[in-house]
Amino acid sequence: MTARDVIRDTYDVVVVGAGPAGLAAASVTAAAGLATLLADENATPGGQIYRAVTTTPVRDRAILGDDYWHGATLVETARRSGAEMLSGALVWSLDASLTLGLSHGGIARMVQARRVIVATGAQERPFPIPGWTLPGVMTVGGAQTLLKASGLVTQGRAVIAGMGPLLWLYAAQVLRAGGRIEAILDTTPRGALLRAMPYAPGLMLSPLFAKGRALMREVRRRVPVVTAVTELGANGGARVREIAFRSAGGETRTLPLDTLLLHQGVVPSTSLAMAAGVAHRWDTLQHCWVPVLDATFETSVPGLSVAGDGGGIAGAWAAEARGRLAGIAAVRALKPDARVPDEQAVRHALVRHLLGRRFLDTLYEPSAATRIPADDVIACRCEEVTAGRIRETVAMGCEGPNQMKALTRCGMGPCQGRLCHLTVTEVIAAARGVSPAEVGTYRVRPPVKPIPLSEFAAMSAGDEAMRAVVRL
Amino acid sequence: MFRRHTLEGTHKIALTVDGRPVIARSSDSVAAALLAAGIAQCRDTPVSGAARGPYCLMGVCFDCLVSIDGVGSRQACMVQVVDGMVVETQHGPRTAGR
Repeated sequence: MTARDVIRDTYDVVVVGAGPAGLAAASVTAAAGLATLLADENATPGGQIYRAVTTTPVRDRAILGDDYWHGATLVETARRSGAEMLSGALVWSLDASLTLGLSHGGIARMVQARRVIVATGAQERPFPIPGWTLPGVMTVGGAQTLLKASGLVTQGRAVIAGMGPLLWLYAAQVLRAGGRIEAILDTTPRGALLRAMPYAPGLMLSPLFAKGRALMREVRRRVPVVTAVTELGANGGARVREIAFRSAGGETRTLPLDTLLLHQGVVPSTSLAMAAGVAHRWDTLQHCWVPVLDATFETSVPGLSVAGDGGGIAGAWAAEARGRLAGIAAVRALKPDARVPDEQAVRHALVRHLLGRRFLDTLYEPSAATRIPADDVIACRCEEVTAGRIRETVAMGCEGPNQMKALTRCGMGPCQGRLCHLTVTEVIAAARGVSPAEVGTYRVRPPVKPIPLSEFAAMSAGDEAMRAVVRL
Repeated sequence: MFRRHTLEGTHKIALTVDGRPVIARSSDSVAAALLAAGIAQCRDTPVSGAARGPYCLMGVCFDCLVSIDGVGSRQACMVQVVDGMVVETQHGPRTAGR
C-alpha cells in the first residue's frame, strides 16, 4: 500500500519522530481520541536511543541493558493507542500554518495538522579534529546504531575518543557483545570534576549516579583509559591508520588503529523547527541552539511544540516525560474533556529525571579547543571548508553564517549545514569576539532533507499553486 | 573494523557492491552491510577527491552517499538492503542522470 492510500490529508496531531518523546506524545493524543500521525524517518520506531528495539538481532537482553528494552514497552503502548505509526516517512517541510511535507514510499504529499509535536531528538555534537573525515572514523552513536540495528561489534584495533555518558554506555554494550576496544582516550578536561562538584547533590539523588558509576567500572576493568587527553588528530589515507594525542602528562603519543569512534555529547536536531520559523536561543552551557519553549513545550509558533532532546538535551527518560506533557497540552487544546494522564505525576517524574543533569552538563562541557578547531581542520565536511578559510573570510568582513555560505559554500553541501552549523557559528563568533547568539545560524529552508524532484513533480498542485508558477 | 556478534532473527540478503557480490543480513542498512563487508570507503568527494565513509549512521552527515539501483547520492545509512540491490561507490562529481 502506498502513502497516498493510507495517509490522510488532515490530522488533529502530527508527531514527528518516534523516539521516546514522540512515542509518548502520540500515545497520549491518540488514546484521547485525537487523529494522530506519528511519522518517523527510520525503518522501525524507537528513535536513536531505542533504535531497532522491535527488530534488533541482539536478543541477549543483558547486552543492551534494561534501559534500552524499556523502549519496547513505549512502542507497544503507542501501537495500542490507535496512533497511525508510519516508519520510513521523511518530513521535509513544516511551516507556521502547520502544513507538513511528507515523503513515504516514493510519494510526497502535504498533510495539514491542527497541532504539531516535533520530536526530532538529538544528533552527535560535531567533533572537528584533524583527520575526522577519514573512512574508519565514525561517531560513537553511529557505532551504537550498528550494534543495535545489525548486531555489529568492533574488531581489530578500535579506539574511542571523547567524553560523555553515551561513550561509557556504548563501550560497556560492545564489550558485553564480544567487541574489542584498544583504548579509551578520555577528553574530559582537567578541573571539570571540580567545577561540577557543586551540582553533585543532584546527581546523588538520581538513578543516573549508580548506573553511570557501574558502567565506568565495568569498562575500566577491561579497557585502558587515558585521561585528560587533548590535541587529538587522526592520520591515514583511504582509511584511518593512527590517532595522535597529548596525554595529561604533556607527552604526545600515537596509537595505531583501524576504527576511531568519536563522541563529545549530543545536541538538539533543530532543522525542522528552524525551518518552521521557531525562535531559538543559544544555550551557553550546552553550546548549541535550543528552541524557546513555554511550560507546555509550545514554541513561538502557535500550535507547534518541541518535545524531548530536540528541545534541549536531557536524556531519554526526561524526553519521554516531556513528550507525555506535550501530548497532554495538545489534548487540552483540542479536546479539553478527554482523559489524559495525571499531569502532576508526569511533572514530578520529569523533575526526578532532570536530577544530575547540571552535573553532567558541567562535567562533560566540551572545551573550546574541541568545538572551535584549528585553521587546518575541516569544519564543513560536505564542502571541505576549513576553520582557517572561515576565519580568513571573517577577516574580509563576513559577519555571519549566511554570508559565509555565499563566499565559501560552507553549509551548502548535501547535509545542508545540519552537521557543521554549530562549528561554523562558533568559529565566526570567536573570530569576531562576539557571542554565538549575535552571530546566529544558517537560515534553514524546506526541503530540510533532499527528496527526488520526481516526487515534487508528482505532487498534485491546486489552482492557487498553479497560478503562482504559471503565467495565464 | 566490524564483525557480526549475532545473526539471530535475520536472513541473508544478496547484493552487489561495485559488481562484487556481498552477503548482508536483513537487519542491515546499506551502510551497515558495507562496513560488515570491510568496506569503509563508499565515495570520494567531488571537491578534493578525498576518501569518505559512513560517519554518523543516522542520516545527519551525508558522508555515506552511494548509488543504489542506479540512483546516485542516496544515504546508505537510511536505506535498508533488499535482495538483488546494486550498490556502487561514488567517485568524482555527480553527473545528470545518475
